[in-house]
Amino acid sequence: MTESGSREDVEIKLSVNGRPVAAAVEPRTTLAGLLRDELGLTGTNIGCDTTSCGACTVLLDGRAVKSCTVVGAQAHGRSVVTIEGLADGDRLHPVQRAFHEHHAVQCGFCTPGMVLAAVSLLGSAPGPLTEQDVRLALKGNLCRCTGYHNIIQAVLAVANTQAVPAVSNGDE
Amino acid sequence: MIPAAFGYRRAGDLADALIRLGQGGVTVLAGGQSLLPALKARTARAETLLDIGHLTELSHITDNGSHLAIGATTRHCDLAASDLLRERLPSLAGAAALIADPQIRHMGTIGGSLAHADPAADLILAGIALDASVVLARRDGVRVIALRDFVLGAGRTAIEPGELITEVRVAPDTGPWSHRKFHRDALEWAVVAVAVSSGRVAISGLAPVPVRAPGVEAALKRGAGAAEAAALADAGTDPPTDRTAGADYRRHLARVLTRRALIEIGVAP
Repeated sequence: MTESGSREDVEIKLSVNGRPVAAAVEPRTTLAGLLRDELGLTGTNIGCDTTSCGACTVLLDGRAVKSCTVVGAQAHGRSVVTIEGLADGDRLHPVQRAFHEHHAVQCGFCTPGMVLAAVSLLGSAPGPLTEQDVRLALKGNLCRCTGYHNIIQAVLAVANTQAVPAVSNGDE
Repeated sequence: MIPAAFGYRRAGDLADALIRLGQGGVTVLAGGQSLLPALKARTARAETLLDIGHLTELSHITDNGSHLAIGATTRHCDLAASDLLRERLPSLAGAAALIADPQIRHMGTIGGSLAHADPAADLILAGIALDASVVLARRDGVRVIALRDFVLGAGRTAIEPGELITEVRVAPDTGPWSHRKFHRDALEWAVVAVAVSSGRVAISGLAPVPVRAPGVEAALKRGAGAAEAAALADAGTDPPTDRTAGADYRRHLARVLTRRALIEIGVAP
C-alpha cells in the first residue's frame, strides 16, 4: 500500500474468483472498473453507475455489493466473486441453472447482478424463503424487461429445493 | 460518473487514522455508500480518502450494561443480524434492516451514515427516537455528544476537524417499536418517516433533521388513542415544500405514519 497521501496508484492484492490477483489501481478506480478494464471480466455490467440498478453486483467476502460503489482499493485483502467465477467448469451453479430452467433471462443485462444477489441471499438465509423474502432481497436489482416473475420463481426453486454450495470464504 | 482524482490512504489502525486526521486534508471513507456516489456525482470533493472501513477495532456491538456500544464501522447488515441488538435494541436492528437494499447494507456503516447526515437517514431517525449518543475521538481526547446535538442540518454535523466517530451509544430499549417510511420508489430516500420506540417518537421529513414529536409523546403518556396522539405529529413544525413534497403533504404523511406506527405497537386506535 502507498504510504503517502498522494494520488499515486495503490498496490492491492485480492482474490478474484479464487485466484490471487495483484494490481496497481488508481484510487478513484471502482471495483467494477478494475474487474472489467484491468482484469477483462466483462460479465460484471455497469448499468446506472449510481448505486441504483444492481447490474454491477459482485460478491465481496461472500456478500453482494454494488461494484460501481466500491473503489478497487477497498477490496485489498478480500475475496471477490464475479459471474465468471460461479460455474464449476461446465457445471452451472444451481442459481444459474435455475435461471436457465425458469427462463429468468430476457435481454440478459441485469442477469449477472441478479444471479449474484440471489447467491448472496441463499448464502445468508438459514431456511426456506418466501416470495416476499426474495422480492426484498432483490430490491437493489432492476430488470427493465420487467422479467421479475421468472427471476423470483428461479430463486425460490433453488431456495426451497436444494443446498447451495459455498462459492467464497464469506462469513455469513 | 468518474470522480475527480483523489488520493487514497489505508489507515493502519485507529491511532494511525487519528494522526492522519489531525494532519488534515483527508476525508474518511468507511463503507463509501454515501461518499462514493457523491464523489462520482461531483457533489463532494476529496483530496485524499482515509480508509477506515477495514478497522475491526471499530466494528463491534458490546453490552456495557447501561448502554450498548456500537463501533463506527459496524455495517448495517451486522446491526440487522446481531442477536444482541435484536434482543436489547430491536428498534435499531429493525431500522438497519430497512435501509436501502442488501448490497448497500453489506457495505454501509453506522458511523458513515451519521457523518453523512442525510435528513432521511434511517439510523439517525431511529437514534433520535432512542436518545443515542455519539463518541468522537481525536488525537488528544474523546468527547461524547447527544445525537440530537450532533446532527445540525442536511449534511451538517458537529464533527470538528481532526475528529472521528468511533462509537454510537444507546441505552437498551426492549419495548414495542415501529419504523415506517413513505418513499416514492423502492430506493428513494423517504419523504417522511416515523420511528417509535417505547413511547418515544421521532419523525423525519418535517425539518432538515429528524425531530421528536413531544405532543405525541405527551398524549401517549396521558393515555390518548393512536388517532388523537398522531394528530399532533406535525405540531410546532414548519415543513419544507420542495419538488418531492409540499408542506401540507408532509404534515399529512407524518400524521398517517405516526397513527399506523402507534397502532402497530399496540396503542388503541
